Amino acid sequence: MSIIVKDIKKGFSGTEILKGISFEFEPGKTNLIIGQSGSGKSVLTKCIVGLYEVDEGQVIYGGENFSAMNKSERKQIRTQIGMLFQGSALFDSYSVEENVMFPLTMFSDMSKEEMLDRVNFCLERVELENKNHLYPSEISGGMQKRVAIARAIALNPKYLFCDEPNSGLDPKTSIVIDNLIHDLTKEYNITTVVITHDMNSVMEIGENIMYIHEGHNWWTGNKHSIVTTDNEEIGNFVYASSFMKQLRGKLS
Amino acid sequence: MNLFEHIGRFILMIGSAFKKPEKWKVLWKNFIHEINSIGISSLSIVALLSLFMGAVMVIQTASNIDSVLIPDYTVGFATRQSMILEFSSTMICLILAGKVGSNIASEIGTMRLTEQIDALEVMGVNSINHLVLPKILASLFIFPFIVLISMGLGLIGGGLIGTQAGIITLEKYIMGLQYYFEPFSITYSLFKTLFFAFFIATIPSYFGYYVNPSGGALEVGKSGTKSVVASSMVILLINLIITYFMLL
Ligand SMILES: Nc1ncnc2c1ncn2[C@@H]1O[C@H](COP(=O)(O)OP(=O)(O)OP(=O)(O)O)[C@@H](O)[C@H]1O
Ligand SMILES: [Mg+2]
Repeated sequence: MSIIVKDIKKGFSGTEILKGISFEFEPGKTNLIIGQSGSGKSVLTKCIVGLYEVDEGQVIYGGENFSAMNKSERKQIRTQIGMLFQGSALFDSYSVEENVMFPLTMFSDMSKEEMLDRVNFCLERVELENKNHLYPSEISGGMQKRVAIARAIALNPKYLFCDEPNSGLDPKTSIVIDNLIHDLTKEYNITTVVITHDMNSVMEIGENIMYIHEGHNWWTGNKHSIVTTDNEEIGNFVYASSFMKQLRGKLS
Repeated sequence: MNLFEHIGRFILMIGSAFKKPEKWKVLWKNFIHEINSIGISSLSIVALLSLFMGAVMVIQTASNIDSVLIPDYTVGFATRQSMILEFSSTMICLILAGKVGSNIASEIGTMRLTEQIDALEVMGVNSINHLVLPKILASLFIFPFIVLISMGLGLIGGGLIGTQAGIITLEKYIMGLQYYFEPFSITYSLFKTLFFAFFIATIPSYFGYYVNPSGGALEVGKSGTKSVVASSMVILLINLIITYFMLL
């Protein structure tokens, strides 16, 4: 089911960060939010999941107006949301296994064995077998990201949000994480929203892209149209490095 | 934010904490965990403090009495009164407000900083209920025991030094302990302790929960300091109020 945002506005103490953003995030696709640092990508995502209240506009999950819901109605939607935070946000007093099991303990009626099966399945899916009893501080950043993905998919979410899933990771690990997110999206027909400013990710998994600039939805498209667009801003963003500029010269 | 806004938000937080938990089993598990980290881990410091304070009180009282008109057993009596009425409840709680309070503030503050609280909320968990309620319940449960242990050990410490240093005989000391003993003084002390326990758990939770995440680790450190200062002041104030109404 899709997520539609309609004319979202959000500011903090006078300064408007989002000045009216509309977009449709499509199911079964990796939808990308791109833009420069500080452009409001994280703020937009937090508005969509309800961590921030929007000043104006609506967020609609599968036809239901999330913005107008009360707490308990929102909870129904939230149990269908998985989210990967910029810094993983694993519970550091819990082991890997307990982290992934946490949403199951809270929101499912599974028995202990069923939960353990599900946890192991999710950990296998992110290629982290036999790491169950390690703690977040004992594993690498890339592994933490993967545990966080496992935790996010534990309850079979309909919606998956990933805030910079590969920031701080080497290019090779980044691609692995990107592909993992992409595959999960296809496998379970999830509506996935990925925030990134990494061009590699854009080219790898950019099926439906929205570019935020100056608080507006400046440009939309996909990984094919982004390289051919003559939009000045996008051009500066895509071909930011001298390497990419040279490449562009060769291409044209 | 001014004081009244803080108090308002604090009350709202308490309201949120006492909502029905998502899973009672999870609350129970967290409760047991908190009893350990708030209570059991404080026992050694409490024991040490109480033994030594009891001992010092015996020496102090004895050295300040040199009139023949005052009987020997006064040493036991005075030590008992000070330990039971104030030291074991108010002083121990003030000290634990420092130890436990800074712990709680930095734990919850770090969870805010690293978006663990956001992660809970996005999952649909009431994060205040999940994090704060077990701490409140554990404190209310364990603090009275801590205070009772402190009373017992304080009196033992006093007895040990008193008899070993030849200040007073054991019989006289015990006679002093029993002299005009009112069980109500223990009730009074434990009653105060419940209030202290509540604020030792909630004030640091408040400062940790609402730490400004853009301030980083520095801000988390400050929230620890603020919560120790605030909870100490609240303890002193409550002590004054309760003592005024219960003993006067
Ligand atoms: N809680 C807040 N209070 C005040 N201002 C905020 C808050 N959160 C974000 N901002 C401001 O909103 C702007 C956008 O921030 P945001 O975190 O969304 O950027 P971003 O696009 O995610 O950047 P990055 O790529 O670096 O993560 C920034 O100028 C930031 O200072
Ligand atoms: Mg961001």
